[in-house]
Amino acid sequence: MTRNQFISSLPRNLFAGFVVSLIALPLGLSLAVASGMPATAGIVSAVVGGLVVALLGGSYVTISGPGYSLVVVLLTAVTTLGEGDLFLGYTHTLAAIALAGILITLLGILRMGKLAEFFPASAIEGMLAAIGLSLLVKQFPIMLGLEAGSGNPFIKLIKLPYVVAEFVQSVPVSASSAAAGLIGIVSLIILLFNSSIRNRYYQQIPSPMWVILLAVGYSYYYQLRGEANPIRSDLFIQLPDSVQSMIYRPNFELINSWGLWSIAITIAVIGSVESLLSIKAVDNLDPQRRRSNANKDLRALGVATAISGFLGGLNVVTVISRSSVNVTQQASNRSSNFFHGIFLLLFILFFSKLLNRVPLSALAAILVYTGYKLAHPLKLVAAAKVGKEQLLILVATSLITLSTNIITGIFLGTLITLLSHFVITRKPLLFLLHLFQPNVLAFKEKDTGSYYISVKYFCSFLNLFKLKSKLDAIGATKTVVIDFSLCEFVDHSAMQTVENYIASFEKKGGTVSTIGLDLHGASSSHPFAVRSLATESALGSIEKLFSRRQENLSKMSKEYGWKYAAKNQPLDPSLYRFLFFETKPIVQVYNTLVDPVSNGVVQDIVFNEGEFIARESAKVTVLTIKLESSIPSFVLDKEGLLDRLNAIAGYGDLMVEGHHYFNRKFHLSGSQPDKIRKLFSKELIFLIESSPIYLIESSGDELLILKKDRLLSPTEVKALVYFGRELIETLACNSISSNREISN
Amino acid sequence: MNQSLHQHNPFKRMLFGFAFSPSLESNLHEVVRLTEFFGSELILLHVGEKTEEKQRKIDSIVAATSAPSRVQELHWIPGDPYTTLLNSTKDLSIDLLVLGAMQHESLFRFYVGSVARKLTRSVKCSVLLLIKPAVERVACKHVVVSGFKTPSLPNTLFEGFYAAQCLGANKATIVEEIANKTVKVSVDDDRSLLRNLRRKRVLEAEEDRRVTELIDKLPRALTSSINVQKQAIFGKRGYSIGHYAEVTRADLLVMDAPAKTSVLSRIITQDVEFILSDLPSDLLICRTK
Repeated sequence: MTRNQFISSLPRNLFAGFVVSLIALPLGLSLAVASGMPATAGIVSAVVGGLVVALLGGSYVTISGPGYSLVVVLLTAVTTLGEGDLFLGYTHTLAAIALAGILITLLGILRMGKLAEFFPASAIEGMLAAIGLSLLVKQFPIMLGLEAGSGNPFIKLIKLPYVVAEFVQSVPVSASSAAAGLIGIVSLIILLFNSSIRNRYYQQIPSPMWVILLAVGYSYYYQLRGEANPIRSDLFIQLPDSVQSMIYRPNFELINSWGLWSIAITIAVIGSVESLLSIKAVDNLDPQRRRSNANKDLRALGVATAISGFLGGLNVVTVISRSSVNVTQQASNRSSNFFHGIFLLLFILFFSKLLNRVPLSALAAILVYTGYKLAHPLKLVAAAKVGKEQLLILVATSLITLSTNIITGIFLGTLITLLSHFVITRKPLLFLLHLFQPNVLAFKEKDTGSYYISVKYFCSFLNLFKLKSKLDAIGATKTVVIDFSLCEFVDHSAMQTVENYIASFEKKGGTVSTIGLDLHGASSSHPFAVRSLATESALGSIEKLFSRRQENLSKMSKEYGWKYAAKNQPLDPSLYRFLFFETKPIVQVYNTLVDPVSNGVVQDIVFNEGEFIARESAKVTVLTIKLESSIPSFVLDKEGLLDRLNAIAGYGDLMVEGHHYFNRKFHLSGSQPDKIRKLFSKELIFLIESSPIYLIESSGDELLILKKDRLLSPTEVKALVYFGRELIETLACNSISSNREISN
Repeated sequence: MNQSLHQHNPFKRMLFGFAFSPSLESNLHEVVRLTEFFGSELILLHVGEKTEEKQRKIDSIVAATSAPSRVQELHWIPGDPYTTLLNSTKDLSIDLLVLGAMQHESLFRFYVGSVARKLTRSVKCSVLLLIKPAVERVACKHVVVSGFKTPSLPNTLFEGFYAAQCLGANKATIVEEIANKTVKVSVDDDRSLLRNLRRKRVLEAEEDRRVTELIDKLPRALTSSINVQKQAIFGKRGYSIGHYAEVTRADLLVMDAPAKTSVLSRIITQDVEFILSDLPSDLLICRTK
């Protein structure tokens, strides 16, 4: 970006930063209070995060600040590390945050930007749901103006109705609690129904800020009327008057204890995972489709976390919701993150008196809403749609997280996912044998310049990073075909990742398509469902559960009036009349597509390379066309693979006069040289030269056309059908003109 | 096959160590056919005692092959298969050792290792591993040759093209494996991706030029009727070529012999070990004597 572009984009980024700071302010305050820290701690971390990550980071439109994933961990740390003394616990926790900052920086230096990829998608969802649930149950009583109480989030969840009953009972008794609870409930309603309010002016201000405005307005209402605010003073935020008194120093007395380090490690790992997931998600939102440097961003977040810890703030992560607001406000570079920090600093310097009028119940409502969104019941439905095993993984992970801690939860969730893969494939050795082996081959196909990636053995969260590193090393403007036909098992995380690549390549003008998945059994009809070759019976049948390629083929067929059938077809013996299949026993024929215009039939064919050959069967997509009038039989191919077979029969390479390029590039042979030479008219040669083919064979009254020596992607199938039509048309013109010659 | 081709024969004396297994017949047919194609003489060796019955059996199978006269010697040496075969390649001055092999190895085999694999590592001559012997001839169409830069590459190309030419292959792909390490630019964001791609283009062109020069130096008789292609692959050395041979359904894979192997190399699988554990096709491992 040139300096001029940067300067001209500044006003837009300044405004985006301002809007984001309006959300960051209430969120920062509430996250800090929920973590058992002074309310300003959240603002400190957002200010430090905004300034440091904007200067040192490697992403473009992300916003950094305090995150929700570690609230419960921090609260436990504050209460346990100080052994009852909350202030002492707070300073010890600051030490853990500072240490975590150093650890995160190390992760960034060690290029662990792919850390988040080693956790299966459903386990992460389960962990987030558990975090949301514990936030919700913890903050729910506070939202109603009651004591938070402590204990297991499970029991609290069951006791939620009692909390409501307690609130109802307290209304007539305590005016303070009733008023605080009322503000909490109204705030929650505003947040819940924010999106259904369609007023342009109302939507200018983000909903958390409306909550703050409402709370402040309530307090002014009583002040103007000269009455005392009914809410007790200890139910308000307590902000210090001066900047100095907002800053606290960490206490490193416990640096030799495991307790402190275990918290530091939890913050580092979970914070990094949260940030990396957000960075990836925000990259998909960026209208300019830039790719963030995750390692550089991780280093910056680490430095920011360490500084924040030293100044009394929460840990700093990349936050998805604030970043997406940033994108919708048309931020274009990191300066908006910087401005968001500056605005927060100004707010806290000049408006801290005003913020003191906000009751805690309003802030709690913001967190109840956040927790509700994370643990939304629809997430269970979504997981169940992908497959029963995904639902199991999600629920198990969140139950374990709730009853133990985040780190145990995510690791056991990962283990459960792995076990589910063992059960689905019934082949644990498949994973154990090939875990540390490379399994991805990628190369540029010379004839078309597109990339071909083949994946072997299995593809799951365990080795997904290998496939990703190959995809990352290809510009998103290119054409990529991923072939899973040698891969026995593809898991949900891999399918989801591939889908993300398909979307991001599409937006940049490239394409990614998958082939070789059509014969895999799937656990549901969802595009991200687990797919396995090993157990078709255990998973659903392929005819009902289409792969993405089959879905595209079927859509294409509807669009162009072709007839498509996915299921296995009885073998057409006429295929063996082609030299290509002469020595190749056909095992299976499926994905049949009929084009009524050319009478062409596109099929996927599985065949062996010859009887008694102990080699794996191969798959190709072929087009066969029955001809109305017969033509001489011939073989035309690029590599002369069938030459030998023909040579045995006594036919050599035929040369067509005047077409040097054609003669050099293609091998043509057949039993009637003169008729064949006549058949290969200028028009036909022009057609064949101009579109890449692998083989054309004529058996007299039928044509066999191969575009590539492998399965074809839907786009390639389309090209194949088109080529078939053109070929038939050219042949028809030929025969008309030759008939004319005869009659003349 | 013609004389001008056979005068280059690097595999003048081929050794086939046989056991009386169900696949003996198809193995022998395949090996005799190979000696015919290569214009070589065949030495048969059985590790074990000679008996009347065994002698009769082997004679009858040899007599049924396409060229029984190719079998020049028949040895019966009792002892441990591994050491016997290893010593025989030296004592009988063998150029090419032919072995039948399993295509996939089980977990146990992988770490303990079969005789075939042990021999592949330690013999001092070239080795041909056959995974799919057949009584009837199956045409060899596509040969994949490793173009990885080693001091013995000219020899590997020579032996590889000799085999390809003799077997009547019409296509040979020289695979230039380029380790990601040599690219030296890791992809973090769009800018580093551009640098990475630029660097790859330069490396690819360098490799192409290097291999083309070496092929031009080969005798014309070895390359004349073969369509030679080059394919650069960025990835793990020793792995990518095997996977490539599998997806392109090559009939023969030709590679350099590994420099040194230790127990460690089996734990951290590398180079030729990848291919030995999961053979994509017949495999010719070339060694300069």
